[in-house]
Amino acid sequence: MELGEIFRYEFVQRALLAGVFIAAVSSILGVFLVLRRLSLIGDGLAHITFGSVAMVLLIGLSPLYVTLAALPLVMLSSLAIFQLTRSKRIRGDAAIGIVSSIGIALGIILSSLSGGYNVDLLSYLFGNILTVTQTELALSLIIFLFVAAAVIFLYRDLFAVTFDEELAKSMGIKTNRINIILLLLTAVTAVLAMKITGIMLVSAMLILPPVTALQLSLSFRMTIFAAVGFSVLAVISGIIVSFVLNLPAGGTIVMFNAALLLIVFSAKIFLRLQRQF
Amino acid sequence: MPVNVISTENMTYSYNGVEAINDISFAVKKGDYLGIVGPNGSGKSTLVKNILGILPPQKGFVYLFGQPLSEFRQWNKIGYLPQKLSSLNSHFPGTVYEIAGLGLWDQNSENLDTALNLMGVGHLSSRLIGELSYGEQQRVMLARALVSRPELLILDEPTTALDPETRDIFYALTEELNRLQDTTIVLVTHDIGVIGKYARQLLYLDKKTVFTGTFEDFCNSAAMTGLFGPMSQHIICHQHNGRGNNK
Repeated sequence: MELGEIFRYEFVQRALLAGVFIAAVSSILGVFLVLRRLSLIGDGLAHITFGSVAMVLLIGLSPLYVTLAALPLVMLSSLAIFQLTRSKRIRGDAAIGIVSSIGIALGIILSSLSGGYNVDLLSYLFGNILTVTQTELALSLIIFLFVAAAVIFLYRDLFAVTFDEELAKSMGIKTNRINIILLLLTAVTAVLAMKITGIMLVSAMLILPPVTALQLSLSFRMTIFAAVGFSVLAVISGIIVSFVLNLPAGGTIVMFNAALLLIVFSAKIFLRLQRQF
Repeated sequence: MPVNVISTENMTYSYNGVEAINDISFAVKKGDYLGIVGPNGSGKSTLVKNILGILPPQKGFVYLFGQPLSEFRQWNKIGYLPQKLSSLNSHFPGTVYEIAGLGLWDQNSENLDTALNLMGVGHLSSRLIGELSYGEQQRVMLARALVSRPELLILDEPTTALDPETRDIFYALTEELNRLQDTTIVLVTHDIGVIGKYARQLLYLDKKTVFTGTFEDFCNSAAMTGLFGPMSQHIICHQHNGRGNNK
């Protein structure tokens, strides 16, 4: 099959478009999460997504509506993480772990009740971007536009809170409001990203591109752009290669992200050594 | 009647039941230079965080420019330099220029350049904040506090990471801002000598108010001799009288 031929398929076009939107959104949010040491929140919310999907499939809703139905549950869970963290008696990583464990336990029980791991549940666990529906593509576009607008509109506050939360408070910034917005946007992104990489690998979309971009030692604004660039590149390459070689798209996309990190990290070490000698 | 820049009434705060400050009431008028002094753990930083709403007081009231803290919105009137940044990591991807403009909607490049040059870090504007030494980072944060030309400057142990020369330049700058631009200064330090040299008002804190008033009154008080001994009274108060009072 010629490379150009694959772009003629409507499902590939949908996959590429949805992939680019979600790649951009997850990498933008990922920069803020990674710098605030909240990287694992993607993992926690993905596990909650697993529980939510299992519940939706048990009820017997059409798989077409799984994404929409899982959204409110995952958003509520992100608020639970926020409340647990705020109590100051539970550390942020522990709060994520608690909510995450509950999500996955719920998923295991519910999937068992619905007769074990069926095809639908497995497709969410490991992702299948080539089955992205028109509804999910539209949702991806909406969340992309929403996150882009939120980051532009709240950039000053997001940057200040990311740099130092106490300093941001002293400027009159409502840090709790900013934290809640960031968590809710991450929750929506985690739900949408499960179709691309699968629940197991959602956090990779939030962590790998920002970490790669951070290796470049750029300004804050340029770090965001670089993370988006790496993420989009990995998604497009991953979808094409997985289609041509008949590999799972989610895993291939994550491996491309990992390869980009390795390349940038190696180049950085090489340049440092070259300067020394 | 002029409105106080800061006014607190019976302010109290404790961490998990351990008292940090108790029943603190004081006022700062426009153009004052107040030094807040006290030993380690006396509640100085907690007091500042209460005033700025970082830790809202559990009891009592805070008024900023005559408005209750909860209703205060004119945060660009206040420049704040924290004792240390709570979460800065060395890989943070913010340039000096980005950090100096932190929290500002209107990032006037002339004001940014002026503030950075004033603190001697203008040449570092494109460097990442995490790449700088602690002293340089502190200067950038000082520039950030000054960039909005605040009416009230709150400085919490501002010179701990600075060399003696830069420290003297910095304090001279605060004195100049106070004298020429009528900027109200609140300086938190454990160094009574610095207070004696630059501040006119003094709040001595040890969880409770030990002394509040002018520095001259403090010099003549029993609190001074009780806290620092007769020799230090002579040295510190002599230094203060020697600088003259320009206001």
